[in-house]
Amino acid sequence: MSKKELVVSAIKNGTVIDHIPADKLFQIVRALDLKDCSNQILMGNNLTSRKLGIKGIIKCQDKFFEKEEINKIALITSYVTLITIRNYDVVKKIKIEIPDAIEGMVKCYNPNCITNHETVLQKFKVIDKKDIKLQCLYCQKITKIETLTFL
Amino acid sequence: MKNKSLISITDFSKKEYLEILDLAEEFEKQPVQNIANGKVVATLFFEPSTRTRLSFESAANRMGAKVIGFSDASSSSTSKGESLVDTIKTVSCYADIIVMRHPLEGAARLASEVASVPIINAGDGANQHPTQCMLDLYSIRKTQNTLDNLNIALVGDLKYGRTVHSLVEAMCNFNTVFHLISPESLKLPSSVKMRINEKKLKYYQYREIQDAIDKVDILYMTRVQRERFLDIQDYEKVKNTYILDYSMLAKTKPQMKILHPLPRVNEINTNVDNTPQAYYFQQAQNGVYVRQALIAAILALK
Repeated sequence: MSKKELVVSAIKNGTVIDHIPADKLFQIVRALDLKDCSNQILMGNNLTSRKLGIKGIIKCQDKFFEKEEINKIALITSYVTLITIRNYDVVKKIKIEIPDAIEGMVKCYNPNCITNHETVLQKFKVIDKKDIKLQCLYCQKITKIETLTFL
Repeated sequence: MKNKSLISITDFSKKEYLEILDLAEEFEKQPVQNIANGKVVATLFFEPSTRTRLSFESAANRMGAKVIGFSDASSSSTSKGESLVDTIKTVSCYADIIVMRHPLEGAARLASEVASVPIINAGDGANQHPTQCMLDLYSIRKTQNTLDNLNIALVGDLKYGRTVHSLVEAMCNFNTVFHLISPESLKLPSSVKMRINEKKLKYYQYREIQDAIDKVDILYMTRVQRERFLDIQDYEKVKNTYILDYSMLAKTKPQMKILHPLPRVNEINTNVDNTPQAYYFQQAQNGVYVRQALIAAILALK
């Protein structure tokens, strides 16, 4: 393999999710529902990375992620770089950030929370961005990364 | 406070709840005041309660308001599968204010988002019970003549007891020293201790009532609530850990008072009831004045 050859081929237009910690790749695939996505998707995992040692990468042809999808990735790992590609060129590169508030994408872990019994938009305040702690605005209970389920 | 819902004790500022306490004092001096004629108070109790519901209804009646509602979800359309949101939207059309208790946590907050009238949370699962907290504050201030710089012991289930969490949160505004007495498995959650730390206040933890009883101004007893335990064996292990007896009161501070949100099971022996320290039944009575004050303030009747 020559030095410049890409292990995961380039896409013409779309989004590259780069620098995914190798153990988080499939969590991201699940959270973004990529198995049901009909776009061309190229993936690699356990690739050599100068920054992480090993990393994962996902390239989605003609797909530009919505804010809610980016927030989902951020909750799984905030190491990721999100790259927008147009006509094979990098037009935007962002480090994703965990937002201060989360709406309608995470389930409150508390089985006695009203949001698990009524049709209502789930709302959380992010009280710890490092260890991921989300406080439900309804029952006040704290959902941690270990108890986090995406809707 | 006009038209403001009361869901959590933190919804009101310190200034606002001190105003409620002052207003409650006025109602204690003159409980019957026909200032709510023509007003309708709805009491929606999706979970049974004696004290809270009756004291709200008593409060409303003493001000001349009419009371509608139910005391059990089985006698409402909830039993037909109606959602909470629909019930609240409907009752909003019939009443000027809604007092509600619900077994699910966050129910009152959700109700306040969809109701066109103010909501008073009378308990949502293990989450919040702000009017109990207000009457606790009233009782503390009345017996100690101040809320500032007191030593308060909280005894029993400090983990699940919602009244304890609200009271700690509120008393953090008054330079309180907290004495926390509980079995290992029912200690105050770290999220509540965080509040004490944020205000740079002191707290001490004990296993026995005797270790703290002579130092404190208020001894706040709680019941270990069976309904909060998922495992009945865990409940059986701790249910009789603390039983306050007459013999333990020999060396208390002279003005020390015993509070309890009631109902008690056996954590306070009945031989304590006639001591000068026992205050829990007067505390329940104070609940009516505080609830009168809340209804009056929220409906802007005063």
